[in-house]
Amino acid sequence: MTDLSAAAPSSSPHHRGGASLIAPDARTQARNAAERRFRRFGLSAVLLGLVALVVLLASVLGNGVSAFRQTYVILPVTLEASVLDKAGNRNPDEMKKVTTLGYGKLMQEALIAALAERGIDTGDLKPKEIMALLSKEAPADLRDAVLADPSLIGQSIAFPAFATSRVDGYFKGRVTMDSAARDANISPAQLQLADAMRAAGLIETRLNPGFLTRPDASELRPEAAGLGVAILGSAYMMLVVLVLSLPIGVAASIYLEELAPKNRWTDLIEINIANLAAVPSIVFGILALALFINIAGLPQSAPIVGGLVLTLMTLPTIIIATRASLKAVPPSIRDAALGVGASRMQTIFHHVLPLAMPGILTGTILGLARALGESAPLLLIGMVAFVRDFPAAPPAGFFDPASALPVQVYSWTQRADPAFAERASGAIIVLLVFLLSMNALAILLRRRFERRW
Amino acid sequence: MNDMRLTERAVTQTAKITARGVQVHYGTNHALKDVDVDILDKTVTAFIGPSGCGKSTFLRCLNRMNDTVASARVTGKIEMDGQDIYDPRVDPVQLRAKVGMVFQKPNPFPKSIYDNVAYGPKIHGLARGKAELDQIVETSLKKAALWNEVKDRLSAPGTGLSGGQQQRLCIARAVATSPEVLLMDEPCSALDPIATAQVEELIDELRAQFSVVIVTHSMQQAARVSQRTAFFHLGHLVEYGETGHIFTNPTDPRTEAYITGRIG
Repeated sequence: MTDLSAAAPSSSPHHRGGASLIAPDARTQARNAAERRFRRFGLSAVLLGLVALVVLLASVLGNGVSAFRQTYVILPVTLEASVLDKAGNRNPDEMKKVTTLGYGKLMQEALIAALAERGIDTGDLKPKEIMALLSKEAPADLRDAVLADPSLIGQSIAFPAFATSRVDGYFKGRVTMDSAARDANISPAQLQLADAMRAAGLIETRLNPGFLTRPDASELRPEAAGLGVAILGSAYMMLVVLVLSLPIGVAASIYLEELAPKNRWTDLIEINIANLAAVPSIVFGILALALFINIAGLPQSAPIVGGLVLTLMTLPTIIIATRASLKAVPPSIRDAALGVGASRMQTIFHHVLPLAMPGILTGTILGLARALGESAPLLLIGMVAFVRDFPAAPPAGFFDPASALPVQVYSWTQRADPAFAERASGAIIVLLVFLLSMNALAILLRRRFERRW
Repeated sequence: MNDMRLTERAVTQTAKITARGVQVHYGTNHALKDVDVDILDKTVTAFIGPSGCGKSTFLRCLNRMNDTVASARVTGKIEMDGQDIYDPRVDPVQLRAKVGMVFQKPNPFPKSIYDNVAYGPKIHGLARGKAELDQIVETSLKKAALWNEVKDRLSAPGTGLSGGQQQRLCIARAVATSPEVLLMDEPCSALDPIATAQVEELIDELRAQFSVVIVTHSMQQAARVSQRTAFFHLGHLVEYGETGHIFTNPTDPRTEAYITGRIG
């Protein structure tokens, strides 16, 4: 030892020995500086992420929250039996003969009467232009309300009718007098009338539950568009995905992890599953179009097809997560079970699977969350179609046309009317709320099932 | 104490398990070479030897736990009570009910103490009804000298016990299926000296009912608990005989070298 240290360069031990413990030497300073640098990089990366998140949330919330509120014209209308139920027997089948045109006329008269009663000056606006403050959907809504409850006939009610999207936009700040002057759909005079009606209590802005429950509406009536069909379609698809992908994925993982011989073939399968997880989702869409619609002949736009394609997409995620959590179960548990004479199946189902359950559930829910937000493959199977009819109750409803939340966002952003941009942001909020609650559920389940060994 | 033991070796001479020409390959690795052993009934047999000598491998042949290792190949003949346990008609699950096993690290199931012990009897259908199962759990825990410590908290998780208690719980679990042979793979290596002493004492008591085979790294432990000792080295069974004989008067120079600490 002594010989060795003597042979070493004399400066080094001398330097070390003589160095103060308080003043760091150059090497230590360099190392500390490197650590500080790395910390700063990490911190700035985190901050950058946070800023991006805040900007995203602020923009979505800023644009979208207003979609949950809607401007209504509170229309005092007397539902004349002589107009709406000429036969007088309150039979909805016969009442259906009165079309929305009839209701529109009734509403127009009621609106002009209400304005006159309140002494609101309509200037030189024609009755048709006054009526244009109401949504084109309003007569249909009133008709639906009357057909659903014929006893309303003969009564005077205050019917909350959607205001047209331009009026709605005016009170939300999207439409101004300047833009109205250049707009063929609305004039500044109409907006002045709207102001007066609002002052008189004929117009108010309130929460719009219809945004979540109503079906999509046409290009010309964004105020009436809702997410009902999209939410239901997404829910049906998630049901299909869950029912198919969880058992198939878990069974495949158990087979691959616990039962299959480890050889070249299982290696190949493993690599392919990992690759499948990375396949662009639109490719799955093309596959589904060819397989499920063209060959199997399933209907287009149907949640069953969407569910099947999303199942294909989710399976690799679930299999990878499940295999990871099966791998994480300590082998000593398997030994213990086999050692007391449990069969392989008993070992897996009594001991390994319960311990792997939190991981499997987390993986499944995250896979589902990804599937919920997926739009590209759905475009290819026709789920981007305009669907106004609610799908029936399951199981028949799985084969009815439906929309999906992310696709609804996509199709709304495609439309010209800026009111749809607001609704698209609102739909994104709904989508985010669903995703967040699914992730929260994953965390909750994980906490609940987690057991230590 | 050890010297006392060495003299009181009145053991039955009926062979419970006979192994002839047992070879084990793990892939291309020839792990166990031509082992012949007669394991006697109601006797503690210790397998000693340096790491990687094949003693655990041989132990795991006795209840076919090697079946779970894909690359393992066992040849030769192992008979229990005259029946070839590697006969293709033998279901390893049934065999393992008869040949219990205790592992190196205590590995209770993450379930209650009761469920740990009751699991084996349940899956083998050994109990008719709850009362009988309760009885099995109680006797098993008593056999494992754990009953007095846990009788008030049978529904507590087995993983919450101390290391030594966990290992005795594992012994109780193995005993609960009424095995005829009890295999122990270094059962004390993860335990402190006090827990080790308890388990060793227990092994001596278990001898009355079972044929116990214990793999151990500790020669002192082999000397303390066993009546017969087998010394393995590099996959060969070097020497097998009375424990006292092996430790005091080994015939093979390798055994002597190991016992005196020159190899291993």
